[in-house]
Amino acid sequence: MSSTDQLIIFDNVSKFYGEILGVNRVNVQIAPGITSLVGPNGAGKSTLMNLMTGLLRPTRGSITLLGIPTDEPERLFRKVGYCTQFDSFPRGVTGREFITSFLLVHGFDRKQANDLAQLAIERVNLVEAADRKVAGYSKGMRQRIRLAQSIAHQPAVLILDEPLNGLDPMVRSETIALFRKLASDGLHLIISSHILHEVDMMSDRVVLLNNGYIVAEGNIHGVRDEMEEHPMQILIRCDQPAKLAAFVFAQNHVVEARLHDDRRGLFVKTRDADRFYLLLNRAVVEGVNIESVAPVDDDLSAVYQYLIGTTGGSA
Amino acid sequence: MSSAVEIAQATPEQNRARWGLWLRQVGAIFRLEIEKNFLSRRSILIYLIALSPVIPLLLFAPFTPPGKEWQDFNNYSVVYATIYNVLFLRTLIFFGSAWIFMNLFRGEMVDRSLHYYFLSAVRREVLVVSKYISGLVTSIILFTTTTVVAMLLLYFPHVYSQSVRYFTEGRGLAQLLTYAGVTMLACVGYGAFFLVVGLFVRNPIIPAILLYGWEWLNFLLPPLLKKVSVIHYLNSLVPVPLSEGPFAVVGDPTPAYIAIPSMLVVTIIVLILAAYRIRHMEIRYGSD
Repeated sequence: MSSTDQLIIFDNVSKFYGEILGVNRVNVQIAPGITSLVGPNGAGKSTLMNLMTGLLRPTRGSITLLGIPTDEPERLFRKVGYCTQFDSFPRGVTGREFITSFLLVHGFDRKQANDLAQLAIERVNLVEAADRKVAGYSKGMRQRIRLAQSIAHQPAVLILDEPLNGLDPMVRSETIALFRKLASDGLHLIISSHILHEVDMMSDRVVLLNNGYIVAEGNIHGVRDEMEEHPMQILIRCDQPAKLAAFVFAQNHVVEARLHDDRRGLFVKTRDADRFYLLLNRAVVEGVNIESVAPVDDDLSAVYQYLIGTTGGSA
Repeated sequence: MSSAVEIAQATPEQNRARWGLWLRQVGAIFRLEIEKNFLSRRSILIYLIALSPVIPLLLFAPFTPPGKEWQDFNNYSVVYATIYNVLFLRTLIFFGSAWIFMNLFRGEMVDRSLHYYFLSAVRREVLVVSKYISGLVTSIILFTTTTVVAMLLLYFPHVYSQSVRYFTEGRGLAQLLTYAGVTMLACVGYGAFFLVVGLFVRNPIIPAILLYGWEWLNFLLPPLLKKVSVIHYLNSLVPVPLSEGPFAVVGDPTPAYIAIPSMLVVTIIVLILAAYRIRHMEIRYGSD
């Protein structure tokens, strides 16, 4: 199997809706694991997902998932499951019928379809409600049954558009655990979300989108490291913050040092975090007792704020 | 490598497996669609359309109208031919097919549920064929039943003994079967047209009305243009031809051995067009 058979590849993909830009010049390769698409409303997250699954066709460029072009649904959806944001269902079906009927459309026989549907229903903890009409489900249950439908045929790539919307905190954490389990089984999970701390918690890498362009992609800490125009902010808890401040301020890569309000810590902004950590070793030798060192803005929220200019969503 | 090339290079076993898969998928989609066609809220209108000629005929059954023409058995075939042409072919089957076949895709776009099919491992061509077959079976069951029941209701309550002889010994049964066949062919032709209209046009009512006008004005068209319509071929096949009035441009009916294959060939071409369209279709419910 070649390496491209394990990747999702966007090759110079653009999508325009008439005059309106959906996404532009997207070049990205996505490896197995959890990848989150992050960006404000209208950034192009759903467009990217719909392009990936052939619901939209690129105006320019090409997309392959595990080596399969997106205009071959008969091959593509043996390997791909997509839980869209469309909160609609065929009329009059129960949760179980909903899943089973589309497994039959996939081509599974009745017994296989029943078994796979049961498994999927169990995975999303919806066993008790499975034989009730979907029309009577809560928003969270509808979200879960759509998730079950997208994983029922056991795809290798799972694409989830805002999958945590409408879920209560307990189900939310169960669902994140399920995503982690699926990713550890070797699946590709592509997730879009507004809720940055959850994305931060569960993603191996992120793709940040704004106005149809990818503004950053990769491991979140790697992305943060590359943002040289925004010095990294670090909080050092220690017994002599004033002494430490005087010590570090002499370094040209340190752009700001500010005492913590409780005067038991020091905020430092540095353009070179690695050199700064080495510097701390010397501070210890000079007699400063350091209790903890933690980056303050080495997370997705900070990256999002620096790159996109807003604070993004929160839970 | 495209799947078409793969199919060309596939072994006979692989081809058999593929056809087996496609047939299973057609069956699965057909079952879902048939249920929707017969049991959804949208089907209420179809039942009303299909029952609309039966109910007045049922009410009319106990009473034979006064007048010599109702005593003459030979007139019944002309009365039915008129009802069939004006009410069935030009109105009920036309609008019934429009409703059934346009909703096969357009209805799912309105309901925002078409993407579930598009996200299944099924060729979109298989989806078109399956949906078309489901629409066809639905319309044929409803309108053929109506055609047969209406004919029997017209004859038997009023001239019972002659009707028994007519349908058992005379031309009655052959005429009944011919009308049923023409109904089926109308469902085939109009169905394909409306299926493709539902795929191409956001508001299918306008092309439906345009076609309706075209079909009605068929009697005024020159012979060559008459052939660019469904009604011309259907009228060529009905067992009791009707006069089209003093202003009609007379044209020769098309023989059955040309009319039937022509309708089927055009239907296949239209379905290929529908398959091409669905193959390139995007899901953008907001703009639909």
